[in-house]
Amino acid sequence: MEVFQLQGVSKTYENDGETFRALEDVSLTIEEGEIFGIIGMSGAGKSTLVRTLNRLEDVSEGSVRFYGQDLATLSRRDIRNIRQQIAMIFQSFNLLGQRSVLANVMQPLKIAGVPRHLRKEKALEMLRIVGLEDKQRAYPSRLSGGQRQRVAIARALAANPKVLLCDEATSALDPKMTGEILDLLKEINRTRKLTIVIITHEMSVVEKICNRVAIIDQGRLAEVGEVAEIFRNPTSNAARKLVFPSNPFDPSSKNNKLIRLVFDGLAASRPFIAELVEKTGKTVNILSANTKSVGGIGYGQMVVEVPGDEAEQQTIINFFRQGGLSVQEVNAL
Amino acid sequence: MSSYMIEAIGTGIIETLEMTFFSSIFAYLIGLPLGVLLYATAEGRILANRGIQVVLGVFINIGRSLPFLILLVLLIPLTRMLTGSSIGTVASIVPLTIGAVPIVARMVESSLSEVSEGIIEAATSMGASPWYIILHFLLPEAMPSLMLGAAINVATILGYSAMAGVIGGGGLGAIALQYGYYRYQKDVLWTTVTLLVLMVMLIQGSGNRLAKKIRR
Repeated sequence: MEVFQLQGVSKTYENDGETFRALEDVSLTIEEGEIFGIIGMSGAGKSTLVRTLNRLEDVSEGSVRFYGQDLATLSRRDIRNIRQQIAMIFQSFNLLGQRSVLANVMQPLKIAGVPRHLRKEKALEMLRIVGLEDKQRAYPSRLSGGQRQRVAIARALAANPKVLLCDEATSALDPKMTGEILDLLKEINRTRKLTIVIITHEMSVVEKICNRVAIIDQGRLAEVGEVAEIFRNPTSNAARKLVFPSNPFDPSSKNNKLIRLVFDGLAASRPFIAELVEKTGKTVNILSANTKSVGGIGYGQMVVEVPGDEAEQQTIINFFRQGGLSVQEVNAL
Repeated sequence: MSSYMIEAIGTGIIETLEMTFFSSIFAYLIGLPLGVLLYATAEGRILANRGIQVVLGVFINIGRSLPFLILLVLLIPLTRMLTGSSIGTVASIVPLTIGAVPIVARMVESSLSEVSEGIIEAATSMGASPWYIILHFLLPEAMPSLMLGAAINVATILGYSAMAGVIGGGGLGAIALQYGYYRYQKDVLWTTVTLLVLMVMLIQGSGNRLAKKIRR
């Protein structure tokens, strides 16, 4: 079932007579139970996009449907009730500094009208889930960034929402804490069947936990699909920029080609480079290589420099293609 | 100093405290909601309303730009209507309150503006109504800053209460003026001034301590 259905969503800002289009004709659906990533460079419009999902931002054109209901048609009171089902966490945590951890987590329950004696029970249960039960009396200023985001997650989950929106939720955290928060989100997605929408500018976040991803570039939807598929075969320029190694390479000679090879778990066990030399007598220069887990499957990617003339290069590329590897030219960027 | 003078100063202290206390309470009863409105009705805020914003802004700016001494005189008819008299401690509470309301409102507005937009966004995303956000997010979050503001405002009201002596209000200000200034009793002047300074220091000091204590 679709949780969110966006149809031709555009958002225009008027600023001193100048119009700025933050979103342009974005259409996508987010399915129940999935972890959906929205990735883009800063200023691409992804934060605006996620804010249309709970109508923190009104859309200028198009429609956003939540379980089939057009958000734009709802009254103020109705949108408040809907928002209780769409929890959100933020880059800057946004906890109440003057309230204890427990009081923070109890806040959405109070808004939802849960009776006082049940609020504490429920809030403590949430703190147990995020592993911070012992911090219930502490104040946010005493906690680390990772702990604060855990409290924010506990707060977000307290009123049993159907969706969790994460707006750059790990961008203020170091890599270790980022890993822990992502593991927690994945766990929550699995155990509570919670749909999660993750906004990020980091491909590593998407690779680690998202099932599907939308790539936003200058307010437009550049590409949307399975994370593993986009990693293997990015078709849009924006996707290539995110997937390919970030440090630019220059071929050592103008005629040489740079290609990116992607191999999944199975292909990774074959010694391709050695076989290349053995079978074709040609060599390549490895510029970068790494392996990572994308959507739970191990992937290796390698950027190699292919020397020689057109025909020789084609022989090498064909060799890799026949071996079942995904081959792309890096120069195309 | 004569025992009569000492007794008069004792009464003056009590009258000053009375005027300051009641004027502060009334000024906050009116000024706090006005400050909240001033904050919340501004453009882009949770109760954005240009009409209310402009009207409130004009009244508060007029109130703040009038010299307090002029306000004292202007308000004599109103004071007489409300309290039946235009002189004395009770009567001076009226102009003190009215003079302090705009100052309180601006101070409250400024304290609320310090609360991060993120907190409001988080509250909105939880489905909280604007009034819920004000009561349960904005005011608690701004409390330490509101406390500091209150200390400054109460000290200002105390200073104003001394001015009320000019139009026949009671308190230390009246004593300083009548005995110290008009009758050249320098010892009375310096004693009352010292007492006023001490009271301001006490108010500011306890405000600071309180704000520090509640800030998490």
